[in-house]
Amino acid sequence: MKINTFEELLTKCSIDKKKIHVIIEEKESAQHEISREDVRLKTKKILDAMKQAISSGLGSAELSLSRQSGDDCQKLQQRFTVRPSLFGSLFEKITTYALATSEENIRMGRIVACPTAGSCGIVPSVLVASSEFLGVDEQRQIDALITAGAIGSIVANKTALAGAVGGCQAECGVASAMAAGGLVVLLGGSNEQVVQSVSLALKNILGLTCDPVAGLVEIPCVKRNSFLAVHAVTAAELAISCVESKIPADEVVDALVQTGQLMSPLLKETSQGGLAKTKRGIEIEKGIFG
Amino acid sequence: MKQISIFDIISPIMVGPSSSHTAGAIRLGLIAREIYGFLPQKVVFKLYNSYAQTGKGHGTDKGLLAGVLGLAVDDTQIKDIFTNDLAKTIDYSFEFCEDFKRHPNAVDIIFDGELKMKIAGDSIGGGEVRVKKINEFAVDLTGEYNTLILIYRDQPGVISKVSSIIQRQGINIASLTCDRSAKGEDASMCICLDSPLTEEISGIDNLYFCRQIKKMEI
Repeated sequence: MKINTFEELLTKCSIDKKKIHVIIEEKESAQHEISREDVRLKTKKILDAMKQAISSGLGSAELSLSRQSGDDCQKLQQRFTVRPSLFGSLFEKITTYALATSEENIRMGRIVACPTAGSCGIVPSVLVASSEFLGVDEQRQIDALITAGAIGSIVANKTALAGAVGGCQAECGVASAMAAGGLVVLLGGSNEQVVQSVSLALKNILGLTCDPVAGLVEIPCVKRNSFLAVHAVTAAELAISCVESKIPADEVVDALVQTGQLMSPLLKETSQGGLAKTKRGIEIEKGIFG
Repeated sequence: MKQISIFDIISPIMVGPSSSHTAGAIRLGLIAREIYGFLPQKVVFKLYNSYAQTGKGHGTDKGLLAGVLGLAVDDTQIKDIFTNDLAKTIDYSFEFCEDFKRHPNAVDIIFDGELKMKIAGDSIGGGEVRVKKINEFAVDLTGEYNTLILIYRDQPGVISKVSSIIQRQGINIASLTCDRSAKGEDASMCICLDSPLTEEISGIDNLYFCRQIKKMEI
């Protein structure tokens, strides 16, 4: 079974009258020659690793190798205990879980690259925080994570999910689309709403550059995970309300690919432009590497 | 073309901070160790380009060493590998080089001791890697398949002999790469298999080196 586009995915779902995750479980089961149950077990193992990374990250303020980051999640948690977030407890959970995971990543802790290590905080924070908040059971969390994986793999058919190829659009941007689709599943949305959330999320990250200071996955990557996790929630909220993107998901992906191609190499993971070449960015680089 | 799986996207479970600079480095170390076959007495890592420039900030050096020591990509001991007792069992060093003919994330892993061997590989993104050379021979090794590597004297009929041994076991060949220094001189063969070989490769004259590299679990 080949599913290369969102349109093909939705057509297959509607012919078979099945949810996205079921179609994907069948596809993965055939591809890897394992049972559908094993596809779900593999996914559960990944989900558990995501939860473990959040829990380790929440408890640590250890700095990274470069000493540029690692203690922001503690600051956020402390502040929320004193003065709650304007947006309520789910916002608190999502932003802290995203930072917890990203900070765990830069201190060489154990995380799940999703789709990349630099964007590892987005999908876990949205799915795990929302599941806790909504009281969603583990089986539906697995449904959501499989759906998120399906979204990433369809985009990956058209472009490598790497900052060097598509800028941060292809990393944190795609992660936010994956998280949005997963959240729609947690909220009980339709297959169409999942795909709408992808269009809405991706349309609003087009042109996002990859310009990390000193070439390290830290500035601005770590904090960006919290921002794009919240971005995913916006996309899911709109989609679940039947707000529709005027541009279909596959065409939005085409626009993302084209934007990635048009983007200067200076802004695609080479650290030759943007934030990396600001006065302070250069000073930080010198401070780390001499 | 390979069909992309959700397990290419929501993976790997790894220690951070970078799939190419950390997880890829660990995998290159692991594959090199498997090719070499045992724990080396001495190893030199030559890091090129981006690996040389930003490797330290990404723990690339730690990852390469950890891989050679046999640690998995999600092993939390990697962060402190330099002070780990495991690292005290071998003599290791790092060199940082620039060569823009090489991949941005390239490394040479040079083993020394009774058996000398140089393994060159690239980290090609998302934690995926490609070993391209063993000594002077071109190979193509990604760790995605059980792979058989042979180095032998170039002579007629070797491919047919090897493939018939594989066929006898009912195993499917996914891909095959051959290289030689010159006609009748040293040659190499790299065969990716859909399942592991159970019978040894035998009956080939002037076979200098034969090793099966296990598929890496993601």
